[in-house]
Amino acid sequence: MSFLLGQQMTGGYGAADILHDCTIGVERGEIAVIVGPNGAGKSTAMKAVFGMMPLRHGQVLFDGEDVSGLRPEERVKKGMGFVPQTHNVFTSMSVEENLEMGAFIRDDNIQDSIAQVYDLFPILKQKRRQPAGELSGGQRQQVAVGRALMTHPKVLMLDEPTAGVSPIVMDELFDRIIEIARLDVAILMVEQNAKQALEIADTGYVLVQGHNKFTDSGEALLANPEVRRAFLGGV
Amino acid sequence: MDVLNVITLLGNFLIVPGLTYGSQLALGALGVTLVYGVLRFSNFAHGETMAFGAMITILVTWLLQASEISIQPLPTALLAMPVGIAVTVLFTLGMDRLVYRYHRERKASPVIFLIVSIGVMFFMGGLIRFIIGPGDQIFFDGTRFILKAREFKETTGLNEGLSLKMTQAVTIVTAIVIVALLFWFLNHTRTGKSMRAYSDNENLALLSGINPNKVVLITWVLVAALATVAGTLYGLDKSFKPFVYMQLLLPIFASAIVGGVGNPLGAIAGGYIIAFSELILTFAYKRVVLYLAPEGTEIDSLVQFLGTDYKIAVSFIILVIVLIIRPTGLFRGKTL
Ligand SMILES: Nc1ncnc2c1ncn2[C@@H]1O[C@H](COP(=O)(O)OP(=O)(O)O)[C@@H](O)[C@H]1O
Ligand SMILES: [Mg+2]
Repeated sequence: MSFLLGQQMTGGYGAADILHDCTIGVERGEIAVIVGPNGAGKSTAMKAVFGMMPLRHGQVLFDGEDVSGLRPEERVKKGMGFVPQTHNVFTSMSVEENLEMGAFIRDDNIQDSIAQVYDLFPILKQKRRQPAGELSGGQRQQVAVGRALMTHPKVLMLDEPTAGVSPIVMDELFDRIIEIARLDVAILMVEQNAKQALEIADTGYVLVQGHNKFTDSGEALLANPEVRRAFLGGV
Repeated sequence: MDVLNVITLLGNFLIVPGLTYGSQLALGALGVTLVYGVLRFSNFAHGETMAFGAMITILVTWLLQASEISIQPLPTALLAMPVGIAVTVLFTLGMDRLVYRYHRERKASPVIFLIVSIGVMFFMGGLIRFIIGPGDQIFFDGTRFILKAREFKETTGLNEGLSLKMTQAVTIVTAIVIVALLFWFLNHTRTGKSMRAYSDNENLALLSGINPNKVVLITWVLVAALATVAGTLYGLDKSFKPFVYMQLLLPIFASAIVGGVGNPLGAIAGGYIIAFSELILTFAYKRVVLYLAPEGTEIDSLVQFLGTDYKIAVSFIILVIVLIIRPTGLFRGKTL
């Protein structure tokens, strides 16, 4: 069984279900990627795994424990970290304050963790006193990831971390994400840049209308002609 | 010589009163802006909260005066203010528990909150009149003047005098201290930063493990303290009359909005902008003109842009202009 597993999740925001029997999981030290068309329910699946949306059916297991009943901040305490798709930084606060807020639940000294984030994203050290809202898109995403890393999560969930950044910055971010995975962190990530993301994925999930359409290794999905035609722009 | 007289005249009737009134408005607007930034509604009960805090302070001041405790030359009210703050904090938290919390849990829209706060305003207004009465209350004691106009004239040999009332000095100094403390709290303490984070991005704050109930609690404590200080300083400087605090609501909201509602720096700037606008537009410049005009000039009018009766209209006009031209205010408000 996976380290983090959202199992047969069914639910939505109101009367209508968005997710239908959707299952998503990831192992420690591995990268799992969710791809699919706009509105497929990728963000919804992430929110469901993080407890930001009620489930009608299914459960979320983390490190062998059923966390379905826990509130998001309780899941943070357990060792889960989440970078939402939008509004994922405190725009009026400085880079360093964003990191401090990421560590809010911790009572110990956080200076080492801040230094680690600066090692991972050196540009942030330079911009530490600048409000996050004044940074470029790529830098903002780095702040967002850095904020989530401040609790040293065992699983890091990223909803479109490369949205709106240039291809060069995207490669940069992917490299950093691989680096984080090497520290034995489980990474669950939604990506619009499906091809590049599947290239670094151990496991890939193709979601369509809240259903698991395909689930396989990243490599296998990239080789699957049906997936290529429908979801990877035919190349 | 004439120029010095003009400067003294303006200092005495514009600058000192402007700084005083501006400080009072700034403290009031800070309270409004904190509620808006964290609890996300326009708190119409803020004027009454100021009156309530001032009222408790007055009651304690009378008690102290009766037992002949004083801090000469400072007004006794300063000694009573901590008690006023404490009681107002408790009252405000009680109001939150009884009234606002219900709507917060239901995630009511800001308009509902606004209307609820109007209800609270009427309730508090009634309560205050019931306890202390609708009339004027004078509770100032201690030394009246730090600098007397007559002494100033004698020392400088000028025609015009500059005076500084104790209440004016106390108001300005207290405002500076309170604002410095507030900014230190918001920018340098963990709790203060968590308040700013919550105001900036509620969802992300929750995801970071920031407890919203604690943020709300701290906010009300700060708001009650600011309101009590503002209300007491205004009462010391002018006089305490419950009705006046309801009227103050307009310039206070104008201050908060001009600066950018939700932005504390904006609230302070807005307070002084409104105060000086009111004074500059309603000041009678006749004597200034007489000093500067050639000898023998005669002027029948007061040389005034607006009569003092129109004072309140000044805030209103500025408010409307800002809302049309730059609705986010000078400092682009929204978050703390
Ligand atoms: N907060 C919300 N309330 C109601 N419906 C929503 C909300 N967020 C998303 N939806 C709907 O849920 C569906 C899936 O959205 P989402 O999970 O954001 O898709 P994706 O991330 O795959 O693009 C869409 O039809 C969207 O309109
Ligand atoms: Mg999405």
